Amino acid sequence: MPNTPDWSAIRKDFPILDQDVHGKRLIYFDNAATSQKPRAVIDALSRYYERDNANVHRGIHELSQRATEGYEGARERTAKFINAPKSCEIIFTRGTTEGINLVANSWGGANLKSGDVILLTEMEHHSNIVPWQLLAQRTGAKLRYVSVTGDDGLLDLSQLDPLMRPDVKLFAFNQVSNTLGTVNPAKELCAKARALGITTLVDAAQSIGHMPVDVQDIGCDFLVFSGHKMCGPTGIGVLWGREELLEKMPPWQGGGDMISSVDFFESRWNTLPHKFEAGTPDISGPIALHAAMDYLDAIGRDKIFAHDQELAAYAYNRLKEIPHLRTFGPASGRSGLVSFVLPEVHAHDVVTLADHRGLALRGGHHCNQPLMRKLKVNSTARASFYFYNTMDEIDRMIEILAEIQQYFSRGS
Amino acid sequence: MDLDELYKEVVLDHCRRPRNFGEMPDADVHVHGDNPSCGDEITLHVKFGANRDLGEVMFTGNGCSLCMASASMMTQKIKNKPRANAESLWTSLHDMLTAREEPKELDDKLGDLQVLIGVRKFPMRVKCATLPWQALKQALEEKNSA
Ligand SMILES: Cc1ncc(COP(=O)(O)O)c(C=O)c1O
Repeated sequence: MPNTPDWSAIRKDFPILDQDVHGKRLIYFDNAATSQKPRAVIDALSRYYERDNANVHRGIHELSQRATEGYEGARERTAKFINAPKSCEIIFTRGTTEGINLVANSWGGANLKSGDVILLTEMEHHSNIVPWQLLAQRTGAKLRYVSVTGDDGLLDLSQLDPLMRPDVKLFAFNQVSNTLGTVNPAKELCAKARALGITTLVDAAQSIGHMPVDVQDIGCDFLVFSGHKMCGPTGIGVLWGREELLEKMPPWQGGGDMISSVDFFESRWNTLPHKFEAGTPDISGPIALHAAMDYLDAIGRDKIFAHDQELAAYAYNRLKEIPHLRTFGPASGRSGLVSFVLPEVHAHDVVTLADHRGLALRGGHHCNQPLMRKLKVNSTARASFYFYNTMDEIDRMIEILAEIQQYFSRGS
Repeated sequence: MDLDELYKEVVLDHCRRPRNFGEMPDADVHVHGDNPSCGDEITLHVKFGANRDLGEVMFTGNGCSLCMASASMMTQKIKNKPRANAESLWTSLHDMLTAREEPKELDDKLGDLQVLIGVRKFPMRVKCATLPWQALKQALEEKNSA
């Protein structure tokens, strides 16, 4: 590939990776939970607090102006990052979870009634299930699910037409599954929904930092993501929605900044995006997120995706060398993670034993309990990669897993 | 090394060959316990004897080695024993795992359960080892109200 990024130089941008854990070189394979942060993002945060900190939209002094410019500049940067037509369609949230709850409360409360159907998939994160369950309880709407085919972790697309009956009002699904690594055909799914007048929400938590994401190309109505999985800080996320939908939605929280005028008995709402941003927001978060977006684009998200896929394919093939190891998710075309069950060793024990060898994995149900029940497994270990990970680290993981198996079979 | 204290051979043995593992359709109570954060789940099946003491005890489920070993050893220690015995075992085990100071000497009545002392150094894993005991506590309470 021309202009292949110098991945080993890029790795040096992440100060946290340069350390030993339990006396062993840290191998961080829990990127699907949260990514590490490059120096540029850490610096943006401290620069903001050292030089520019003030409240936004309220003061007219110099610092307030700088803070406001930083905050609103981040909104414009975000619009460009996902190719949103307008920056007023970018709402800052605490993360993916809050974005989904906002849509469920505001759009859902105003648009759903008893008997309407919310279509989800069996591979959704709890944060894209529970808010809809709460909404269903409030409105009498019902949930329906697109099935996952089995351990290979694909959506059963043959069901789509029969499931998308006229009672379906919303289809919410993830672009990349955090447990299976499946990359869903978001564009195709949205096109089908749109043709039937179904509103769509794309959970881009696992895709946003790993591949180019273009809301106009995908053709969705809402898209949500978290900053912390894409090199940004925790506590900041984004909801994008089509302007005409956001305009008609009622606010979901009241307070400062979201009003244009307040009377003792009623108020008028501020314009977009402020209508949905009540109170003093996280200001340093968007500013650091801006730095993260610049950082990712300097590398190139298409290159990151290609590299992710290489790492995941390599890990998948190497894991398959272990006899009887069970993997989840598609054999090819997966994003940068692999979930697996090591024979005879429970995922928790794998994670504890790996940790003592410096390897950070995740074990559990990955906030996908219904899916795990369906796959008849109560927890898996998951290795999730980012561009700073290396093939050598994957080789080391395979060695560690062999050591763990051996350790666990002693005395038997 | 700490890990060897956590994964003693007794633990691995109970995990590989859990004792009193299996269904008990005619149990007086079936109590389900799970760790929502990690997916460990076990069900305890208990028959009560006279004076609400414990009779047969079995368990089913799926969990990590610590959870399975703790459940397996627990059933051995409590079945066909007075309920007061089960309650005081639970108190001793709980103290052993969570008391701020590492206990100077371990309660003899814990017997094999003493091997779980290694869990102290792994605070994230304490709930794995105590899950079966939470279920037991619930089983005893249910019997109380019955
Ligand atoms: C697919 C998916 N959706 C939603 C979330 C929730 O993100 P957050 O906890 O940042 O709100 C996650 C995070 O684990 C995820 O992987």
